[in-house]
Amino acid sequence: MTEYIIRRTLQAVPLLFIISIILFVLMSNMGDPLATLGGRQPPRGEDRLRLERQLGLDQPFYIQYIYWLVGNDWRMVDTTGDGVPNAYGTRRGILRGDWGTSLVTRRPVLEMIGERLPNTLLLMGTVQVVVILVSLGIGIYAALRQYSLVDNVVTTGAFIGFSMPIFWLALMLMYIFAVNFKRWGLPYFPTVGMYDPMVGKTVPQVLWHMVLPVTSLSLISIAVYSRYIRASMLDVINQDYMRTARSKGLAERAILWQHALKNASLPLVTLVGLDLPLLLAGAVVTERIFAWPGMGRLFLDHVERIDTPVLMGILMLVSLAVVVFQLLTDIVYTWLDPRIRYR
Amino acid sequence: MSTSIADSKHHTADQGPEQTVSRLGEGPLGGRVVTPAGLAWRRFRRHRMAVFGALIMLGLLLYVVGGALIWSESYANLTATGKRLSPPSLEHPFGTDQVGRDVLARTIYGGHISLLIGVAAVMVSLTFGVLVGALSGYYGGWIDSILMRFTEAMFSIPSLFLLIVMSKFFSGRIPTFDFFGRSFSGSVVVIIVVIGLTSWMYLARLVRANFLSLKERDFVLAAHCLGVPNRRIILRHVLPNTMAPIIVAATLGVAGAILSEAYVSFLGLGVQPPTASWGNMLENAYTYLESAPWLWFFPGLLTVLTVLSINFIGDGLRDALDPRSLQ
Repeated sequence: MTEYIIRRTLQAVPLLFIISIILFVLMSNMGDPLATLGGRQPPRGEDRLRLERQLGLDQPFYIQYIYWLVGNDWRMVDTTGDGVPNAYGTRRGILRGDWGTSLVTRRPVLEMIGERLPNTLLLMGTVQVVVILVSLGIGIYAALRQYSLVDNVVTTGAFIGFSMPIFWLALMLMYIFAVNFKRWGLPYFPTVGMYDPMVGKTVPQVLWHMVLPVTSLSLISIAVYSRYIRASMLDVINQDYMRTARSKGLAERAILWQHALKNASLPLVTLVGLDLPLLLAGAVVTERIFAWPGMGRLFLDHVERIDTPVLMGILMLVSLAVVVFQLLTDIVYTWLDPRIRYR
Repeated sequence: MSTSIADSKHHTADQGPEQTVSRLGEGPLGGRVVTPAGLAWRRFRRHRMAVFGALIMLGLLLYVVGGALIWSESYANLTATGKRLSPPSLEHPFGTDQVGRDVLARTIYGGHISLLIGVAAVMVSLTFGVLVGALSGYYGGWIDSILMRFTEAMFSIPSLFLLIVMSKFFSGRIPTFDFFGRSFSGSVVVIIVVIGLTSWMYLARLVRANFLSLKERDFVLAAHCLGVPNRRIILRHVLPNTMAPIIVAATLGVAGAILSEAYVSFLGLGVQPPTASWGNMLENAYTYLESAPWLWFFPGLLTVLTVLSINFIGDGLRDALDPRSLQ
């Protein structure tokens, strides 16, 4: 097992390199980052050339990648923009912990991500907890009463759930619970931001603002999750060892929670393992609609400005999380189901 | 699961259809001649959800095809600022948008684009996924290592982010062009390519896994011994035997592609106006959340119905093509 973990970790290293190269190739061809730098008037002529040199954008693609990776403090670079390298660079590269500086805000990328990450984790973490709890309940209930009314509703609901674009669901919820509730004089939910600036960032405020985004994000995932849980529970409750457990005289509750659920939770672990790393990324579309100041919005805002260092930072962070969680998922498998062995 | 259906198909090709027919013709199905396709159709028809999905799909096709006969595309793109944001009425059953275009007509032409993108993007991802999967599964070795590392890398980047970055990468590179007497924004092609290039990974893995098991079979060995070239073995002997899961994945892929288009266009990075798509009709619709709900309600509803019906059909196909559900 230890050997397996070490080998997988070593395999992850070239994988992350490939990912970073793919992303860097895509990003360095996304457009002109300088076009939006000067506000309404894009820099022209001399200014433009100077800026390009100062930011290192005049360098060929592979040099830019190497600078991003290991920094440029070992090489003379052009800091004055006159075309003559005059000083050692100051970047240390992502491998040495320097995530770069945003082209737009000129602030360290790690600091910008650090500001947004808690907001996103708050939103997405809540969603994940809600989704797991609710869908476990629904999925197990539906499996125990196969083809009952609840089961049919769950099955149909699951299909509708994963056929629905989240922004449409969000718009519907906003229309009903914010627009119409306000119209009818009922207490209505806020649709924008994390808190009311007039009141300030208090706990009840943030919770109140979380209701709609959490609901829209959860509903769709609950549909998917409960379908999987139902299917795997159905798979398990017809197994021989369930009958054995019953004939041993175990309480129905113990059978359900210890024997069935543990075995049935493998697909759940897969789903969670796939979804947890995406928590970091936030929900691009949902954060946009509800103006939630998280990572997804940071990404969208900086895609528009072609701010490569920030985008690379976000995407590498998320990809790293994906790779790490894949490994963790495999390890949890062996704990849940000792029949699984890795070599 | 694919290998056993594969087997029956393979024998059909090798030993003539008679044997398959007689083998399946006896037994629980009575004396009627039944082909594998007929059997699949029979199972599909029994799948209530699938039939329901097929009916919705038929209705939607009638809507976008029939609607195009009544309203012309120029009408759909006609701006009448005097009538902007007018609520649904007899003249404009779905109301009008920010610049006074008829929403009903735009959902019809947007439907063309959304469905076109769904199908075409899957074609791209099929080509790419099958190619990568077949090559790495069949040849193995270093080809397999390289292709699978690449596949894995693409898989590790969250798809919506990849989609956004890619559409930004390709955007504006293809000019507007004419096709079948209609002019399409180049962004339609861009979005087809982008969705195709971000969704082939699952297919590649599926095809590779099937190729890995199929290439060890005796009939492939036999083909090798007969001196059949690799290309022909891949295309004529192995690939047809893994069609069933590919068909299912492709069907569900259409639903995924339509959703992806909606997401990207909703963010303003997809199909560019005046060409309508269900996704870009929803772009910025949320600024009219309160004042003009008809703007976002109808295109969204149509997207949900389409995706839902395709998912139902895909689910039915999965059961119908799965030989384990032989009844």
